[in-house]
Amino acid sequence: MQSQSVEITPQLVAEHGLKPDEYDRILKLIGRAPTLTELGIFSAMWNEHCSYKSSRLHLRKLPTKAPWVIQGPGENAGVIDIGDGQACVFKMESHNHPSFIEPYQGAATGVGGILRDVFTMGARPIACLNLLRFGAPEHAKTRHLVSGVVAGIGGYGNSFGVPTVGGSVNFHTRYDGNILVNAMAVGLAKSDEIFYAKATGIGRPIVYLGSKTGRDGIHGATMASASFEADAEEKRPTVQVGDPFSEKLLLEACLEIMAKGCVIAIQDMGAAGLTSSAVEMGAKGGLGIELDLDKVPCREEGMSAYEMMLSESQERMLMVLDPAKEAEAEAIFIKWGLDFAIIGKTTDTKRFVIKHKGKIEADLPIMELGDEAPLYDRPHVPTPKKPVIDASSVTPPKSNADALVHLLGTPDLCSKRWVWEQYDHLILGNSVQQPGGDAGVIRIGDGPKGLALTTDVTQRYCEADPVEGGKQAVAEAWRNITASGALPLALTDNLNFGNPEKPEYMGQFVGCLEGIGEAARALDFPIVSGNVSLYNETQGRGILPTPSIGGVGVIADVNKSASVAFKKAGQSIILIGETKGWLGQSVYLRDLCGREEGAPPPVDLAAERRNGDFVRKLIESSRVDASHDLSDGGLAVAFAEMAMAGKVGAKLTMDLGATPHAILFGEDQARYLLTATANEAQKILADAKAAGVPAAIVGTTGGDTIDLPGEKSVAIERLIRSHEDWLPNYMAGRDASSAA
Amino acid sequence: MKAVVVLFPGSNREGDAVRALEMATGKKPQIIWHAETELPAGTDLVLLPGGFSYGDYLRCGAIAGRAAIMDAVRAHAARGGLVLGICNGFQILCEGGLLPGVLMRNRDLRFICKMQNLRVERADTAFTRAYSKGQVIKVAIAHGEGNYEADEETIKRLEGDGRVAFRYCDESGLVNDATNPNGSTNGIAGIYSQKMNVLGMMPHPENLIDPLVGGIDGAGLFKSLIAA
Repeated sequence: MQSQSVEITPQLVAEHGLKPDEYDRILKLIGRAPTLTELGIFSAMWNEHCSYKSSRLHLRKLPTKAPWVIQGPGENAGVIDIGDGQACVFKMESHNHPSFIEPYQGAATGVGGILRDVFTMGARPIACLNLLRFGAPEHAKTRHLVSGVVAGIGGYGNSFGVPTVGGSVNFHTRYDGNILVNAMAVGLAKSDEIFYAKATGIGRPIVYLGSKTGRDGIHGATMASASFEADAEEKRPTVQVGDPFSEKLLLEACLEIMAKGCVIAIQDMGAAGLTSSAVEMGAKGGLGIELDLDKVPCREEGMSAYEMMLSESQERMLMVLDPAKEAEAEAIFIKWGLDFAIIGKTTDTKRFVIKHKGKIEADLPIMELGDEAPLYDRPHVPTPKKPVIDASSVTPPKSNADALVHLLGTPDLCSKRWVWEQYDHLILGNSVQQPGGDAGVIRIGDGPKGLALTTDVTQRYCEADPVEGGKQAVAEAWRNITASGALPLALTDNLNFGNPEKPEYMGQFVGCLEGIGEAARALDFPIVSGNVSLYNETQGRGILPTPSIGGVGVIADVNKSASVAFKKAGQSIILIGETKGWLGQSVYLRDLCGREEGAPPPVDLAAERRNGDFVRKLIESSRVDASHDLSDGGLAVAFAEMAMAGKVGAKLTMDLGATPHAILFGEDQARYLLTATANEAQKILADAKAAGVPAAIVGTTGGDTIDLPGEKSVAIERLIRSHEDWLPNYMAGRDASSAA
Repeated sequence: MKAVVVLFPGSNREGDAVRALEMATGKKPQIIWHAETELPAGTDLVLLPGGFSYGDYLRCGAIAGRAAIMDAVRAHAARGGLVLGICNGFQILCEGGLLPGVLMRNRDLRFICKMQNLRVERADTAFTRAYSKGQVIKVAIAHGEGNYEADEETIKRLEGDGRVAFRYCDESGLVNDATNPNGSTNGIAGIYSQKMNVLGMMPHPENLIDPLVGGIDGAGLFKSLIAA
């Protein structure tokens, strides 16, 4: 008996986020009008979030392979081989729209979702990171959003029991109505014990695990695929509620049944819940799936098939079980106090059949639900090139030293301690390098091997020149990992952009992807997982293009990893890389001159690679005792950050030429600052020359002040005050202007 | 020294505790599931690890404090056996009636994870004999609800009986409002039972046992215990 009680009107189709031509495609595909449940299923599978219909065409161009890549994009997370029979499993994902509507739960469930993606593959999560973008500090909602998002990320990760070891927080008015919350999780598994979503075998039980299904989050993925209008507040009911306690139990129970060999295929219920997890398992295995919704554990009574299929209740998993191990698996779930229900079976029909209360609520071709999703080649126009800004045209500050103190206390460059102290970054006892440096470094088990992890993107570069900005995002993540002494191996990307139906925003997407691909190829830094978040705009205005890059590298011996802190007095400071004084799109130009202008610094990928490989070797052979890559704020800011981290002063002695502010604050790429003994520094310069790496001794450590050429001394304490005070003052609603 | 670590649903620092005990004793402590009703014969030390047992629902430690295994833990303590509760373990000890007082939300209502100086108030207990009295040690804190409070009389008794184990302080050992991360009464970071055989503390000595990861100031507590 086929269920058909609701008439499918054009209005109902539109409410499901489906365009008229997409609905025609459905009619052609199934040869009849869909049931309401079927319409819901199509809406869930064919929205932007699940189908990547605007982005697929371009994502295909990215490099995703390398000898060490075990699993690239297309599974729950990417997997790379890190040697010794170990694999690193990782991914980054956005929860932007829910976090704007309900910051605590939106951010918390973002963390929960990405953790589930990682442990679904059989990996125990060992670290989290995030990348957050908020509106202007002056915007009325910003403080509330920062407070809620940070508490939500901490609330989930801390309880789950994974250290949050790194992140990035920036502010800009273009995020006023659409913040970004990108969460990354990293797990560890045995390289020959990875679990996948692909179902195999006919007539095998499909098991529902975890929390019960409620009416929360229905159409969450559809919401994530639309722009915000003025009614954002009304969408609060579509935000899911997280329960890290259940997730922790789910983790332990899943890893236990995996270890016992009970699992044939497993998929977490994330966006589009039961629908997308079941379809993916069947489609990947070329099998049909039949579900009996009467068996689904529900939190509320009277839930319809439509609601069950579209619920995004959290902390749930779907699994194809080895029938011989059913009792064993069930006992493990009962021990952990979690629901375990057989709700269906695999079939050989390649159809997705949903039964509820004796009726067939859906009967759809399973392969076509994914394969036949619309694919668009959206029109796109390249972003016009911006003029290169000549340093001599940029007003110098009255005092470079005062300018430095000021910059260290700006929203983007200030210390984010207020944020990361709310995250447990010490649990598991392996955090060798804690937040605040270039990369988080964690030891794997008892070591000595470790991972270096980072998240980064410079969205103002991407806005000014998407191709160079895309390159720079990858290069900076690669550089962060390199500066810690690790070898960058692979990345995950979280592509946050505006409305793809507008050619200029689609052009940003295409441009950034071109740059990301080019840099990833040049640096042997393939993309193994990722997420696309489009329609990030409010009332017609797009966010800054923000392709977040999450990088993972391996270090053979964590004892040798380098931190940014100056270690002692009397060390020579070496600048690696070429400094021309590029001020276009710099924070100096933006925050001190009020100009968001010009072309961003060009990225020379050959120089990145050459300089980075040289630096990494120096760290591996313990020839340098501090290392920091140069990014926002350039040489002076990096110099000050090293002094503040070590509470050791330094004197900069390099010749600053005709435009000192450009040399001090320019943001030329492919640069690092290192320290070594005076003797060793001379040898390093000789080696650099032989390797064709620009290098110079630019200063000496010592004292408790920073001394820039021709400037008064600045006490480190004053730098620290400016750097540390802004965010706590801002969050407490105190006037921070007096702090600097 | 035979140590066991109790595992509740939602415990998450049990691995860190196991590592610290293994480093000190040379053998892996046994993990005991919360639903057990007896401790293994010959148990010297019961460690209740950090985490969010039962999701911190109801009140931190409230449900775990009434778990089946806790009767055995109470009996062990009554016999003079050693019990160490760290972070959520401290909250469980208070809820389970093994220690007085309660851990309220931090003064500024935020979770806080950072390195923190502690002053060792006495060095003549099974837990602290490897330290010296008044010594300042640096350990980690990571909690949202570590603000120790008790009624005036209880505080007076704890202070009078020398049952304060550690206080939050600065590098020089000074204890005041500015050195107090969570608003605890008198800067209390840990307290002993009347017989000094039960210690509850919010900070994490088990995360400070390795020079590469923050330092080794926590190792003294575990060294003290193996000598016990």
